[in-house]
Amino acid sequence: MSTQNTNKINDFTIRVATVNGSGSQSANSVLIKSIFYMGIPVAGKNIFPSNIAGLPTWYNIRVSREGYVGMRRDAEILILMNADTFQEDLAQAKPGTVVVFNDKLPQQNMRPDLVYYPMPFNKLVQECCEVSTLRKLVINMIYVGAVAQLLGIDMDKVRHALERQFHNKPKAVELNWKAALCGFEYAKNNVKKNDPYGVLAMDKTTGKIVITGNESAALGALFGGCTVFAWYPITPASSLGESLIDYLAQHRREAEDHQARFAVVQAEDELAALGMAIGAGWAGARAATSTSGPGISLMAEFAGLAYFTEIPVVIFDVQRLGPSTGLPTRTSQGDILFTQFLSHGDTHHLAVIPATPEECFSLSYEAFNLAEEFQTPVFVMSDLDLGMNNWMSDPFTYPKEPFRRGKVLTAEQLEKLGAAGFERYGDPDGDGIPYRTLPGTKHPKAAYFTRGSGHTARATYSEKPEDWKWVLDRIAKKIETAKERLPQPVIEKTSGAKVGLIAYGSTHFALIEARDQLAAQGIKTHYLRIRGLPLNGAVGKFIEECEYVYVVEQNQQGQMMNLMKMNYPALAGRMRSVLHYDGMPIDASNIAQPILKWEGKNL
Amino acid sequence: MTQPATTPPATPVQPKTNRLGLTRQNYTGSPSTLCPGCGHDSVTSSIITACFEVGIDPQQLIKMSGIGCSSKTPAYFMSQSFAFNSVHGRMPSVATGAMLANTDLKCIGISGDGDTASIGLGQFMHLLRRNVPMVYIIDNNGVYGLTKGQFSATADKGSKLKSGLANDFPPIDCCAMAIELKCSFVARSFSGDNKQLVPLIKAALSHKGTALLDVISPCITFNNHEGSTMSYDSVRAHDIPLHEIGFVPAVEPIKAEFDPGTTKDIELPDGSHIRLKKIDRDYDPTNRIGALDTIEKSRSKGEWLTGLLYIREGEPDYNTLMHLSKTPLAHMSEKELRPSETVLKEIMGELM
Ligand SMILES: Cc1ncc(C[n+]2csc(CCOP(=O)(O)OP(=O)(O)O)c2C)c(N)n1
Ligand code: SF4
Ligand SMILES: [Mg+2]
Repeated sequence: MSTQNTNKINDFTIRVATVNGSGSQSANSVLIKSIFYMGIPVAGKNIFPSNIAGLPTWYNIRVSREGYVGMRRDAEILILMNADTFQEDLAQAKPGTVVVFNDKLPQQNMRPDLVYYPMPFNKLVQECCEVSTLRKLVINMIYVGAVAQLLGIDMDKVRHALERQFHNKPKAVELNWKAALCGFEYAKNNVKKNDPYGVLAMDKTTGKIVITGNESAALGALFGGCTVFAWYPITPASSLGESLIDYLAQHRREAEDHQARFAVVQAEDELAALGMAIGAGWAGARAATSTSGPGISLMAEFAGLAYFTEIPVVIFDVQRLGPSTGLPTRTSQGDILFTQFLSHGDTHHLAVIPATPEECFSLSYEAFNLAEEFQTPVFVMSDLDLGMNNWMSDPFTYPKEPFRRGKVLTAEQLEKLGAAGFERYGDPDGDGIPYRTLPGTKHPKAAYFTRGSGHTARATYSEKPEDWKWVLDRIAKKIETAKERLPQPVIEKTSGAKVGLIAYGSTHFALIEARDQLAAQGIKTHYLRIRGLPLNGAVGKFIEECEYVYVVEQNQQGQMMNLMKMNYPALAGRMRSVLHYDGMPIDASNIAQPILKWEGKNL
Repeated sequence: MTQPATTPPATPVQPKTNRLGLTRQNYTGSPSTLCPGCGHDSVTSSIITACFEVGIDPQQLIKMSGIGCSSKTPAYFMSQSFAFNSVHGRMPSVATGAMLANTDLKCIGISGDGDTASIGLGQFMHLLRRNVPMVYIIDNNGVYGLTKGQFSATADKGSKLKSGLANDFPPIDCCAMAIELKCSFVARSFSGDNKQLVPLIKAALSHKGTALLDVISPCITFNNHEGSTMSYDSVRAHDIPLHEIGFVPAVEPIKAEFDPGTTKDIELPDGSHIRLKKIDRDYDPTNRIGALDTIEKSRSKGEWLTGLLYIREGEPDYNTLMHLSKTPLAHMSEKELRPSETVLKEIMGELM
């Protein structure tokens, strides 16, 4: 084989197998950034265990000149540092896979159809790092240097990435740089390259950023004016709260006395977290909480209270695999149905579904507008894959629109209303959206009694059937009004296509790639991406315009398709489910393969 | 609420007004729908008196509650104040959020013994830990009134339900627990003793941080029979007031002299004073361990010690601990909340 095989340039996946807690995270991050700084599209995915240290973990680095950043099951290059998974990793490799591995690992049954580059990591780390206690931390940086040499990654970019990674710690930079150089030199002098993979500089990442979905959502909360944020730690949502704390601490303090223009509370549990956000939303703050599956389950009662008492609040759900504790470090889109109707009785919640870091930012700040505009909980449906992995993105654009704070009456406005006052739960504008006042408003007619029990338009207690029905129907009307103001679906039409694909959230990246794969097989497709719930007319119209649609989602029950069937029963016959729910992020072949089968193209 | 019979005066008396020019009428709410004779209604009446007399601004007060007969009572006082009747046992979190959002507000929370000590024990304890600025009143009757008389977690061991069923478990003493959790204002009182309860509520309103009032408030319908330790008769028989309580508002010059040998005078953060006149035992409400010891000993004798059990001024409240801006978060404008475009550009630059 020759290195001139251009097919293999800038188009392969590296999979690194290490032990959780061994510090491989920074090595992998430097490796990714070095490739990124060469202008080559690259994406990282952490496949990690629910464990602090000791269990196996894998990191996927996908290099793609086409800019595909979705999951890939196959890897062309394996870096194997973990004795526990060594045999299994080898067994699963496809023929021709390049294997960089620690030569100390026991080598039985070495398959003859793989390309091996054994490396004496233990010996090298003794040479490049004098302090024995630090060796464990830098050993992984040796493979970074070695892989850089083997693939042609520019060492200046590795240096640059190291400096960014450890920007305040020059000692750490030097220590790691020595290790990277050591790996580079060893590979140069001892490894005879026998594979076609390599990188060549491009200009496809200029001006791009690399960010996780959770950090993006935290920025959305910062720029969306969130002031009270209550949370309880849970994977994979924790990093959202943690980055929000950092951003708020830096960018939301009074100039003179540095006092906070925010309150972040680590609550005692998720019930309290949502309770606090609801209390704050009621009192007029932009308030939010973030959690994942088990926390959402605990929040059910409060979600219904906020729905029925009409209190704005934003709930970030970074979905993980359930039911129950499930797999806390694995991704899913399994909370779609539960959050839509969370709580007992007739509830129906608004949701926005970001698919990219940019949308994690923009739909998050929009969620605060929607919550206040419609005085209701708004769920931001992210997931582990989107939330915790690093993604390339265009830089975020500054929100153009001012805050929409909804129908809030001031003391002056109340004065104008005169003796009759206002109806907290009325419908004076005919759009189902009532007016509210905020506690502390200096007017004798401002106050009202908030209760989750039956009430009239004037917020007095009532058990009368007609009062109950009127208020509940008026809220339903409000939700109906909201449908048109939620983020609308993004639709891409292809001329001559008969088939439609429908997806949402982090499935998007794999879907783009799958569409290209389908097109290459002669199957043209339209594509609709849902960004807001409840579904509105645009989705129904799209289905009508397709012969049939494949609804692609990362759950077992076809939750979104079930919502579609509820909304468009007459079109149910045109819907087909493509499901993926093993906890790994969906990849393009998970989508293309079943569709090709349906379409009668067995490949 | 029975009023003493009086002969009508010849000329109508102008209603007395408080420092805000408001009458007691301005502090009332909707008519109560509780059982006639329910202890909770007397607590409501004491709240009205206290708030009226010290001149709490109704438009600045929020009334928070959970679920239960007790939690309904915010509807029965101060209808010019905002109220939030939330969900069972979770009032503490809702109140915490509201108080963070607007530090200008004052807050009275009303809960029941079931609401606080059974379903809501966790949130209650965390509210105390955080020292959220509010007056927290428990209408404690030892049963779930609203669900028709099952035992709550404050029911005494051996106390009997109407059916004769005895409680096998030791009670949770919310006051002892609050002192243990470093709550800095802890009092116990009896709904039937408004002479004691009114000045305690006034002092609680002047306290910085959480002020806990555990008010024994008999349920006349489900827990007022022989064999119950929380019936009116039983509470009257075992109520041992620690001191006579007087409240001197900040605005009034301190005229009445007191004998430091028999009366303890404690200044509250807003300049008002609470005065505790000894009845028959020496009691120091600033001694935490002493307070716990006294409560424990008297409870084992079946007594209800009432009065100001523990006080310590000068502790930082939640707003202080959170370093909140002087401007309430709820009043901040977009300009104060959304960082500039330059800030976003800088953040983006760091991610490139
Ligand atoms: C989640 C939940 N569980 C159960 C109930 C039913 N419930 C309503 S009030 C109550 C007990 C109230 O007891 P307490 O707080 O002591 O108030 P009281 O009525 O005695 O004043 C219960 C169990 C409820 N409202 N919500
Ligand atoms: S049931 Fe008991 S607690 Fe409830 S209103 Fe009647 S007397 Fe009061
Ligand atoms: Mg009770």
